[in-house]
Amino acid sequence: MGDVLVLAEHRQGSLRDISFEMMAIAPRIAEAMNGEVKVLLMGSGMDDMAKKMSEYGAKVIVVDDPLFENFNAEKYQKALSALLDDLKPAVFMTGQTAQGVDFMPALAVEKKLPYVAEAIDLNFEDGTLKATRNLYSGKVNAIVSFKPADTCLVTIRESAVEAPEPAASGDVEKIDSPLTEDIPYRKFVEYIEAEVGDVDITQSDILVSVGRGLKEDKNLPVIEELAKAMKADISGSRAATDAGWIPHDRQVGTSGKTVKPKLYLALGISGAFQHLAGMKGAKTIVAVNRDPEAPIFSVADYAIVDDIFKVVPALTEKMKELKG
Amino acid sequence: MKTIVCIKYVPDTSEAEVKVNPDGKTVDDAKFSFDINDADNYAVEESVLVKEDKGGEVDVLSIGPKQSEVMIRMAMAKGCDRATRVEDDRIADHDPLMVAKVLAGALKDQEFDLIFTGCWAEDDGHMSTGVALAEYLGINHASMVKKVEVLDGKVKAHRELEGGLMEVVELELPAVLTIQTGINEPRYAPIRGIRQAQKKELNVVNLDDLGLDPSEVGSEASLVVLENLYIPEVESAAEFIEGEADEKAEKLASILVKGGLV
Ligand SMILES: Cc1cc2nc3c(=O)[nH]c(=O)nc-3n(C[C@H](O)[C@H](O)[C@H](O)COP(=O)(O)OP(=O)(O)OC[C@H]3O[C@@H](n4cnc5c(N)ncnc54)[C@H](O)[C@@H]3O)c2cc1C
Ligand SMILES: Nc1ncnc2c1ncn2[C@@H]1O[C@H](COP(=O)(O)O)[C@@H](O)[C@H]1O
Repeated sequence: MGDVLVLAEHRQGSLRDISFEMMAIAPRIAEAMNGEVKVLLMGSGMDDMAKKMSEYGAKVIVVDDPLFENFNAEKYQKALSALLDDLKPAVFMTGQTAQGVDFMPALAVEKKLPYVAEAIDLNFEDGTLKATRNLYSGKVNAIVSFKPADTCLVTIRESAVEAPEPAASGDVEKIDSPLTEDIPYRKFVEYIEAEVGDVDITQSDILVSVGRGLKEDKNLPVIEELAKAMKADISGSRAATDAGWIPHDRQVGTSGKTVKPKLYLALGISGAFQHLAGMKGAKTIVAVNRDPEAPIFSVADYAIVDDIFKVVPALTEKMKELKG
Repeated sequence: MKTIVCIKYVPDTSEAEVKVNPDGKTVDDAKFSFDINDADNYAVEESVLVKEDKGGEVDVLSIGPKQSEVMIRMAMAKGCDRATRVEDDRIADHDPLMVAKVLAGALKDQEFDLIFTGCWAEDDGHMSTGVALAEYLGINHASMVKKVEVLDGKVKAHRELEGGLMEVVELELPAVLTIQTGINEPRYAPIRGIRQAQKKELNVVNLDDLGLDPSEVGSEASLVVLENLYIPEVESAAEFIEGEADEKAEKLASILVKGGLV
């Protein structure tokens, strides 16, 4: 019997999308391993969340303890270490998120269990669990297999798969908290919300978005002119905001904003998955990049393989002409 | 304050064509240009800022080839004091837990208050090494850190969560912090620093020097096996617009206008 235990993730009272996305993978693996899926929820006051997760047909195990009110890596590790001993799942998975990366590697070291980070897919073939992961910013895939072990640990990339529709209802079971006392080494202090800027790019109709291909901030006027001609707002990749060319509140992607404009122009942006996750919902996507292999082209509707400094000024002129 | 900063020498593949070698397990990196991992560059800056603020020293630690010494010297030119480079083919470097074990082994008899790593290596991107390192050393950690405030015996770290939300945590030292990009503005190495860096101590060691048995950090010890690498097919439904740059711009402009997109 090989059960798959999924740690669902929630923050500030809501389940995060990755919790549902994992339900696209876990049942398939559990079936191949002749086991069942169990979803673990740790936190405080999670009745609604437990009900929501149970709608995916899995058994939901709830650890309701005020000690888990805010995520804490040490507490999670301690509790999960005990729960893995009790539940003995063949696979334990959670998201490759700011939460998942903060305790999974330590848990793997402590329990001496095989661990693969950021899988985009999992398969169970010929008695072996295998994970697919990306290397070199998506240009290479690797297949990594787990050596036989009591439990294989794996984190799943966010937005790698689509969440399935809820199917059947499962049971909810409350179990005692494995923690008997607080752990003092690391203290949660507070959350600080992301800064709000002058333009809310989540509301923009047209975004002209720029990446590291801009090279330096003195090139910014080239982009500004195009944005002006198209009546667009400017946004950027993390590389552009880290460099200070574009304000932080205009960063598109997992650690920035999720945007859904009618038109998104990606200029000199490679299309790392953290960026794609924030913009692939745009209605029409245009990408200009001089690397024909750039992953941004995988989500583009219109693609131009060329230098932005040749294409953008010409496009600006044409837009001015056509739009008068 | 004694800080250790772990840095990795990585290829820039953003505009490179990547080919898998016939062994199916490595890529042909002969044509890549290598440099410090982006997040590690910010980690170096943060370590130098801590030194400038609190006094003390910064040691660089890196597992990598001889060529990476250019990167190590650059970190020393920016203010790091000395460095250790580990080179050994027997390390199972596809497994971040084995890499972390070697880093921990290299720090075994040392005293330190803080260890900075990058939160993510651009090449294999496990986002795991720093947190695993903390566990091997039995010390505290916080990952994805975008602000560091060193207090008395403690550190306040701002962890960057999805959507730009910050989680502020306070932890007791010693601790590992994995640094996220954008935390500071990495400086350029001053000319004088570059000259001084050539004279700074750079020790090169292997597993034997560290007293690590290859069977503890090699592929037998790793619990995961790198089966094979392959180039994924880029499925693109995009319409590729052809021609000279001007023509492409013109065609695109008319598509956008005719389609009512602008
Ligand atoms: C935890 C975490 C969260 C992250 N969150 C985000 C996020 O929210 N948003 C985000 O964007 N990234 C995020 N990243 C970073 C992400 O992994 C990439 O590093 C980043 O998106 C790269 O930005 P870029 O595409 O601008 O730069 P690069 O990847 O360096 O790409 C630059 C591109 O420009 C092209 N180019 C260069 N010059 C020209 C030219 N003259 N003409 C045409 N093309 C040119 C190149 O071919 C290349 O494809 C995150 C990373 C981590 C680890
Ligand atoms: N070979 C190495 N030498 C030194 N530090 C490393 C090495 N590999 C990884 N690291 C550190 O671990 C961080 C995260 O790597 P990863 O877990 O692979 O994403 C990097 O940013 C480095 O700080």
